[in-house]
Parts: sequence; structure tokens; C-alpha cells
Amino acid sequence: MPAVRIKDHWREQRLFDQRAIVCAALMALATLGLIVRLYVLQVARHDYYSDLSQGNRVRNEPIPAARGLILDRHGEVIAGNQPAYQLELVPEEVPDLSDTLARLVALGLLRDDDVDELERTIESSRRFDSVPIRLRMSDEDVARFAVRRFEFPGLDIKTRQTRFYPNGALAVHALGYVGAISEQDLKHIDRASYAGTALIGKLGVESAYEHELHGVNGFREVLVNAQGRSVERQGALLAELHTKAPTAGGDLVLSIDLKIQRVAEAALAGHRGAVVALDPNNGDVLALVSLPGFDPTLFGRGITAGEYNQLQSDIDRPLFNRALRGTYPPGSTVKPVIALAGLTYHVVDPEAHRYCAGSFHLPGSSFIYREYHNEHHGAVNLDDAIARSCDVYFYGLANEIGVDRISAFMAPFGFGALTGIDVSGEKAGILPSRDWKQKTFARPADRIWFPGETVSFGIGQGYLTVTPLELAHYASVLATRGHIWQPRLVRAHRDPRSGALQPLAPVSQGEVPGVSAEDWQRIVHGMIGVTQRGTAAAVGLHAPYVFAGKTGTAQVYTVSRTEKYNASKINERLRDHSWFIAFAPADAPRIAVAVLQENGGAGASAAAPIARKVLDAYLLDGDGKVKPSS
Amino acid sequence: MIYEEVTSGSRTRRTLTGAARVLFALKIDGPLVIGLALIAAFGLVVLYSASGQSLSTVLRTAARFVLGTAAMLLLAQVNPNFLRRSTPWLYLAGCVLLLVVAAAGHVGLGAQRWLDLKLFRFQPSELMKLAVPMMCAWYLHERPLPPSWGSLGALAGLILLPVALVAVEPDLGTAALIAAAGALVIVLGGLRTRVMVGLLGLAAVGAFFGWNFMHDYQRKRVLTFLNPQTDPLGAGYHIIQSQIAIGSGGVFGKGWMNGSQAQLEFLPERSTDFIFAVIGEEFGLLGLLLLLSLYLFVVSRAVYLATQTQDTFARLLAGSLALTFFVYVFINAGMVTGLLPVVGVPLPLVSYGGSSVVTLLAGFGILMALYSRRKLIGS
Repeated sequence: MPAVRIKDHWREQRLFDQRAIVCAALMALATLGLIVRLYVLQVARHDYYSDLSQGNRVRNEPIPAARGLILDRHGEVIAGNQPAYQLELVPEEVPDLSDTLARLVALGLLRDDDVDELERTIESSRRFDSVPIRLRMSDEDVARFAVRRFEFPGLDIKTRQTRFYPNGALAVHALGYVGAISEQDLKHIDRASYAGTALIGKLGVESAYEHELHGVNGFREVLVNAQGRSVERQGALLAELHTKAPTAGGDLVLSIDLKIQRVAEAALAGHRGAVVALDPNNGDVLALVSLPGFDPTLFGRGITAGEYNQLQSDIDRPLFNRALRGTYPPGSTVKPVIALAGLTYHVVDPEAHRYCAGSFHLPGSSFIYREYHNEHHGAVNLDDAIARSCDVYFYGLANEIGVDRISAFMAPFGFGALTGIDVSGEKAGILPSRDWKQKTFARPADRIWFPGETVSFGIGQGYLTVTPLELAHYASVLATRGHIWQPRLVRAHRDPRSGALQPLAPVSQGEVPGVSAEDWQRIVHGMIGVTQRGTAAAVGLHAPYVFAGKTGTAQVYTVSRTEKYNASKINERLRDHSWFIAFAPADAPRIAVAVLQENGGAGASAAAPIARKVLDAYLLDGDGKVKPSS
Repeated sequence: MIYEEVTSGSRTRRTLTGAARVLFALKIDGPLVIGLALIAAFGLVVLYSASGQSLSTVLRTAARFVLGTAAMLLLAQVNPNFLRRSTPWLYLAGCVLLLVVAAAGHVGLGAQRWLDLKLFRFQPSELMKLAVPMMCAWYLHERPLPPSWGSLGALAGLILLPVALVAVEPDLGTAALIAAAGALVIVLGGLRTRVMVGLLGLAAVGAFFGWNFMHDYQRKRVLTFLNPQTDPLGAGYHIIQSQIAIGSGGVFGKGWMNGSQAQLEFLPERSTDFIFAVIGEEFGLLGLLLLLSLYLFVVSRAVYLATQTQDTFARLLAGSLALTFFVYVFINAGMVTGLLPVVGVPLPLVSYGGSSVVTLLAGFGILMALYSRRKLIGS
């Protein structure tokens, strides 16, 4: 039986007091725990949490650096920057999105087809972020919107810097262009330093000198709230924050002379082809033409799919850089170097005559190598053979020198190798040899070098191919009698602020070994003969300076032995390519040039007149007199 | 005699003595009221900053303080014997209201907590914060202490019924507070230590099973409490941001309205459950220590008043009210600093919103009523 318990008030009071004391002690302990926790957070780990808090509140907004300008050698702007206008919309400030977009369509500022897509983009954006809804507004569009701006709350016209090419397509294949940064580009740039940059160099100088042109982007710290909205002021917080000004990209001074460039492009206009003019004394590229071209501004302002497809599918391939990447048989333009090889190897007596009856055949072979247009040159010595471009003379000469010696001799002139020009994308032509054939072909039967192939080599046909740049380089080496300079498009850096020039030293690649001055002179004499009494005599007529040249005609279509080549009868695109190389003045050359006109027919009729115009433009003053050398 | 008649002395002394007489007549405890007023004043200053400089928020809270003060003054006048006699009816009414909420309550914030009385919305669970400890104290008043096993069983039932009803709303924070208020009455009533240990063991087992009945968000809170970094943008976001706010405040704080975590809204619930972190960020460790000191002062004073009452009902109820106030503070501060899981418990008298300000001040009114009539009741 349980004991009967009665209330003992005195005992209960004491029990309560004890419990109250224990509870007070527990509360003190709990408070102590809390204070320890606060100490850990606010004192021991204060720095850590301060960093996190700073990371929360601050966002770096990039300030893109102005891209460096590109100037021609006389300081004329080839590539600059220009503001472009775009229409932007802040979703939270627009009362009725569908209605707003509909009214923009009615104004002709948006296309009806784009509205659905735009609406989706806008709805997936943050409410306070400005969304571009129309890029590349014309001045007219801007004006049309500006007068009705009050009807469109939440919309505004923003400007951004875009690349501007004041001369349009002029020199585009040297310049390259800028375009939106692609996945591919992201692989070899530092993403952090490109934050805020919209455009990147894609080809040519714009791409090769991207690092110099880009500059260093700055940034501005912005106060942001938890939603990522930038705020000027919140509570007592102010956007006091650091800024780092951008450093503008450096300007580039090209070796290109826009005057020469314009003349060359005008002379070749309407044809497919390339012109490369070099200063033989330092490798400066005075003009680099590849036609047809395209307007690089298209890419900077955002090319449409339609425009791009049109460029891509154009049968004339305007995006193809013929000057750097087009490889063609050089035709008779190689004859001077073959002759020089013959002289250097003492295979040929320059005064000895050979008889040209219009055809050549190797001993023991029935195959007939014919003269171009079945001409009969009669008895010709070396000088005549160059001037009149006698194939039969060079068939025999090449055969006597032998392929390996020809190949070895031609290599220092830059055949079969990249010239090393300071932009990427250059292709090398082919300098064939027994060794080359052995390495290149898979089938054993194809690896054997046939004697007949050496014969074709002598007139620049067969496996031998060159790019127009390589051929200009070769002309330049002939012009200097053996000095080799690496071609270059950029000759100086310019400080964008002070305008101070920092010239780049030209890069010498040494000299052609083992050729006597006498032999050089014999070759040059033969090439002067070309423009005075030879194949290009009509072009050299009345030139106020003496210039050396050589025509070339590269076969595209092989005419059978019994057939006659008749340019008017065959398809235009199967006609021969027309070549001309030249340098002037012949005794102290200041310019070397190579001209290619695709399917232009004989070198003398198509390419040579273009070369003459380029030489005139460079050497003559307004009165038609030769300018003194600077 | 505490309040002796003073006819001489300095003017200041006369004024103070006069004020003491007024407070005595009003059954008000001066130190307690001053402590509460200081907390409330500090709270309003912080709230202005924490609400993003919303004056209307501050004014609405001030209005609640006025309402709460009125309730406190009113309840301080009530005769404790009357209070004790009406306790079962109050408790019963509270339970009925909870059932009504469960049946037809207004769905607010995804949980059924509110009863729409047209004029204002009323949370019956707030009423139970007072009614449950009152009921427990009432039950033990006539019975010998320490409580017998039978009494413990009955008390468990009295506590768990309303706790269960609140927990299923679901409002885990309030349920825990109600349970704590009831349990504290029993502890103060002299529950034997070995029984306490045993019950804690049972609670552990209960927690294990309770886990299986928890809502997903409640479980998530527990898991996130154990490791906030597992879900930095989800459930762990609150706790990470509040620790950043407190930690970055350092010793002296970033200054009033200068807390970037609070002002830029990285800190969620900055004016309600997480206002403790705003104080930590803007006023630093010193600000928090000041606030904790004020709370401790109020709690100590309330515990002291409880020890001075003279019957069981008054003592147990007053003690429970005093200790519960501390539990509020500790749970809120603990969850904001990452010591405890995130349960929705506001910082008493500082957090914005809810009827808790009124309930708390009403509780202190009851406490003062019990203390001021200590001579009229008891043996």
C-alpha cells in the first residue's frame, strides 16, 4: 500500500528553489556555449566570413578595352572602331510585353517571325537585366525609334563598339576580320581576360596580332543584391567600389600601301586572282590582293546565316585567300631560276644556241613536248630563251641539269616552303624531287621519278606548284640578286596614346648560296628582255623605268597532242591561268610583284598589264616621272 | 518594508519613490518592465534596418507592442486565484480552437495555423503557449510534489494533445515551445532526476520514430543542420548566409544599415526568424552580447520573481514562463548561429510579425500578477 502523501509546502518551496538554481546554471552554460559559438564566427573566423560576404556583394563588371587601330604604311586607317546601335529591353519596366513587341513590329523595327523567339528569350531572362532585342540598327531605325521613345517604357537604344573597316573589302585578305568569339576561339584564349569582349580577330592581321590589338580589359566593381541586380545604394551601403580602367590595344602600322593596294585591286577587278607586291629590300608587303573579296564589316556587326551561306556557296569563293593559300603551277615564271641553276651548275653556256623547231622529245621516247602555241623560235641562246620564253630550250636544259639539282637549287628561293609571312593560314606549294615523290605517293609505281617529269619541271608544269605569295617572294629574291627577306604585313607598333612608332626590324633569311654576280646579271638581263623585246614587250612599252619581268601560263586543262588549244572554245574556267612576275627598277629594285589571273590565258595578255599598273603606281609621281628612291 | 513613505531626501529620490508607488499600485515590476522595454527599443532600431528601412514595418511592430503592453497591464491586475480557477476552461477552449484550425483553418504559408476572425487572424497555438503551462501548474497545484507516476501520465496527456495538434499544422517550432513550457513546469515541480534521464532516453527513441512521420521539409532541415554545405542553394542557404552575416560582422559590426548580407537580401527572413544575424552583422559581437545581457537580465529577474511567489500554481507557472522565455532566445540564437536545426522560432520581442509579442507580454503580465499578490495567496 502506497504511503499517503500530503502536500508539504515548505519542502516544495525548497525543491522549487533547487530546481530554479539548476535551471539557472543550465541557462548560464547554454549562454556560454552561444558566446563561444559567436566568438568562433565573429572573431576566429571573421576574415573567412568577411571574404564570403564581400564575394556576395560585389560583382566585377568588365569594361572592354578599345581595340587597336590598323593603319597602312602612311597612316591611313584600314580598321577602326565605331559605335553600333542596338535596341535593348528591361523586362520589369515593360508593362505589356506582347503589346510592346507587336508595336515594334508595326514600326518595322522587329520582324514578325522573330517575336515568339524573342518573347521566350525575354521571359527566361532576369527581370532587371537589359536584353538586346534588335542588333545593328541603321541610323534611320534609330531615328524612327527615337521619336516614339516615350511610347515604349523599358526600351532604350544602347551603343557598343564594333569594328569598322572604312574601305570595305579593300585588303580584306591581308587584314582578316573580327567576329563573335566561338567555341574554337575559347580554347586558346584566357577567358577571364576576354570577359566583356564581344569580338575576336578571325584571320589575317586581326587574328595574328590579336594579342596586341585586344588590349587589357578593365573592370568596375558593382554592388549587387541577392538576385544579382546591381544597386546604387541599399541601406547605408553605397557602390563605392574599385574601378580599373582598361588599357587600349596597341595600333599596328602595316607595310601595305593603300594606294598600291587600290590600284592593284582596281586592275584585277572583275577577275579571280591575286596580286602580291613586296619591297625586295626588307620584305614589306606593299599590296596583297586576292579577288574576289568580301566586306569584313559583315562579320563584326554579326553576319546573318543568309549572308554567310551566300559567301560560302559563291562559285568564285570570295572567302578563299588565293594570295596565301591558292597553289598553282607557276608555268614559265620559273624559267629564270632554271636558267640560273644551269649557269651555276655550269651545265649551259649562255651564249650557245639551241635550235627550237616547236617541239622536244627525249632520246628513246616517242613522247613529244610541244612549244606553247606551237611557236618556232629557231636558234636561241639563254638570253633569248628567257625573253621569248622558249619551252624547247628549257625542256632540254632541265633534262640536262636533272631534277634533284633543280630542286635543291630552287629551295632557297622559297619554293615548296612557307615564306613565314606574319599572318597564319599560309600554304606552301610543292617543290618536287625524287625524294619528295618517294615520300608522297603510296603505290610503288607512282614513287618512281620519270625523266619526262623533269622535262615538264623545266617550264613550271607538272608537280611544281606555288602560291602567289611564294612567287612574289621568288621575284623579290631575284630582284635583290639573292637576298632573302621574310615577308611581313606589320612594320611597326604604334602607341595609341602618344602615337609613338616602334618599328619592327625586318627579318633576313640569308642569301642564295653559290651564284656569281655575273650569272645574276645574265638572268636579270634576260628578264629585262621580256619587257622590252620578248613576250611582254607590249606591256613594257614606253615605261619610264627599266623593269625585269617574266610571263607564265599555267595549264589547267591538258590539251591532247593532236588537239589545238583554243581559248575561245573551251570553258572559261578551264582556260590557262595567267602569271606575271616583275621587279623594278631593274638595276636597283624597289618593288617586286607577282600577279595571277585565274583562267586569264597567256601571262602576257592578262597578268602583265596589271603588274605594270602596280609598278607605275609605286614608282611614278603624278607627272609620270620616276620618284626618287626614299 | 520595501516601499516606505519618504517625506524627506533629494528630489530624485522622492521622484523614484513616487514612481515605485505607482508601479506597485499597478502591480508592475519596474526592473522587468525596463528590461523588456530596452529589448523592444533595440529590436525596433534593428528592425528598421532589417526590414530594408520600412517605417511601416516598424510602426506595425510598435502597435503590437502597444497591444502586448495593454494585455500585460490588464493581466497583471487579475487575481491569481481567479486565473487558476479559469485555467481548465482556457485550456479546453484552446484545444477546441486547435481542432477548429485543423478542421477549417485558413491555409497560410502552406500550413494551417491561422484562424480568420475577420478582424485579425489569430493563432490558437499562441494561446496554448500560455494555456499548457497554466494547465500543468493547475494540475500539480493540489497534488503532492514530486509528482507521482499517475500525475506524470496525466500531465503527459495534457501536454501532448495540444502539441500534437500544433505539430500536424505543421508548426514544429511552436509545438516544441509548447512542449518545453509544459515540461518545464514538471521539472520545476520536482521531477526526479532518474525519471528525467529515463524520459530523455525515451525522447531519443521517439525522435527515431518521429523521423518517419516528418514532412520532407522538416527532415531536410534536420539533415541540412547536420551539414549545411550539402545543399548550399537549397535548404542550407539560410544557415550559410546567416553564418556569413554574423561572422563578417566581427567584433564591432558593419554599422547600422550597413550590413551587406542583410541590406542586399542575401540573408533570407532577415526581419523575422533571422534578425539575430542582422544584429550580429551590423552591431557585431558587442551588439549580440548587449542583447544577450538584456535577455539574461529579464530571465533572471523573472526567475527571481517566481521564487518569491508563495503557492504551487504561481511558482510553477511563473518559473515556467521565465524559463520558456530563455528557451525562445536560445533556440533562435542557436539555429541562426548553426548550433541547432532551423525551426521557425522567432527571436522574442525583436523578430517581426506573428502574435508572439502579444503572447510574450501577456505571459509577463501573468507573471507580475502572480508576484504582486504573493501576500494574498498561499497557505
